[in-house]
Amino acid sequence: MIRLTNNTKILTQEFEYFAPKTLAGALDLLYRYQDKNTRILAGGTDLLVKMKTIGLDADYLISIKEIPELKFIDTDAGLRIGAAVPLSHIEKIEKVREKYPALYESIKSMAAIAIRNMATMPGNICNASPAGDTIPPLIAYEAKLKLVSKRGERTVLVEDFITGVGKTIIKRDELLTQVIIPEISKNSGGAFLKKGRVKADIAKINLAVCLKREGEICKDCRIVLGSVFIKAVRAKKAEELLRGQVINNDLIIKTAKKASEVIKPIDDIRSTAEYRTELARVMTEDALKLAWGRAGGEL
Amino acid sequence: MEEYKIDLTVNGEKISTTAKAEESLLKFLRRNGFTEVKCGCEKGECGTCTVILNEKAVKSCITLALQANHKEVWTVKGMEKFELGRKLQKSFVNYGAIQCGFCTPGMIITAKNYLDQNPIPNREEIKKAISGNLCRCTGYKKIVDAIYAVAVENQRSK
Repeated sequence: MIRLTNNTKILTQEFEYFAPKTLAGALDLLYRYQDKNTRILAGGTDLLVKMKTIGLDADYLISIKEIPELKFIDTDAGLRIGAAVPLSHIEKIEKVREKYPALYESIKSMAAIAIRNMATMPGNICNASPAGDTIPPLIAYEAKLKLVSKRGERTVLVEDFITGVGKTIIKRDELLTQVIIPEISKNSGGAFLKKGRVKADIAKINLAVCLKREGEICKDCRIVLGSVFIKAVRAKKAEELLRGQVINNDLIIKTAKKASEVIKPIDDIRSTAEYRTELARVMTEDALKLAWGRAGGEL
Repeated sequence: MEEYKIDLTVNGEKISTTAKAEESLLKFLRRNGFTEVKCGCEKGECGTCTVILNEKAVKSCITLALQANHKEVWTVKGMEKFELGRKLQKSFVNYGAIQCGFCTPGMIITAKNYLDQNPIPNREEIKKAISGNLCRCTGYKKIVDAIYAVAVENQRSK
């Protein structure tokens, strides 16, 4: 069979389609077809585009959007969001807007409404693009993922889940069923910033920070940058400069500079390494100031 | 390969037929006579293929036909059945928001779906709402004008 690989914009390959109505049904299918070229279809806004434009192929597609068990949103303790919930639902949750501003801002920055109506957070995570917008805030908020298979289940940190461009630790028979974000403590502040060319664009650089304040001291902090390495990374050396310190303008400037020194951006179609390094510094500074203010801190 | 059974409603009309797994909703709709759904970039960028799927605007080129199984689809032709759809239609004509007209089906669908949720947006919000729909003629001003005029009308009649 001739397989066109370059921007054919049609689905050139034939595949079988399943839309199980229960989680058990989906896990059965994943188990049965784990040795085959099987892919999980959530919103399809990345998967179907890749199948159309770069020749990514699949013999079996399993849609998880018809599974009611994956459509829940639980805001009781922290946040637990099922894998079939579209991004446009998540941005409407009051608790997300009020308590997890970095996640809210990242989702609002993504693509157009028609895409967010289909796309899901697990889709964004499993696609594992270095520019994935929900990934830096999820790492900043110490989010975890529940991976379920017929063999059992496990919970892993988003930070440990992605290993490289398009690479994750998920096993062939596993399904990411929910995203778990811990309760945010009082006097915490988060922020997400992104630089793209136009509104609905992919990020040249994106970053999220989350700070915990105790009086004038930054008790804990996370600084996570995207599009500057093979995956979103924490600027741990920059975090160390802030942790346990009295926060002031000079320290934030120093921290932002450190963050821009520890990343390893590349030149690509969206930007250059040099520009990204400079942006990382400026944006980290802005994000830290914003987050510190949101945590109730003063400068 | 295998044909799958598919049941859905399009513009309120029930359709029971078959579709191949790899057929996009866009191709499926056009094959079944709904050629008012336009085929542009075919990869989710341009927005002219936008339809409403279970009350949400989606890009039909990157949705599989089978993902619409047992669901409700509305195309631009069905918008005439709604007061808001008719208002937008008139406003687009009044403001000359249609030049070549190729982006118009997606623009009307996106505008209608957005105004259903947020009836009185400002111009900035309208620009964001249509950011997934490309127009190469108007420079967007007339389109934003047309949608904003409906928003102003909504506010008056509130």
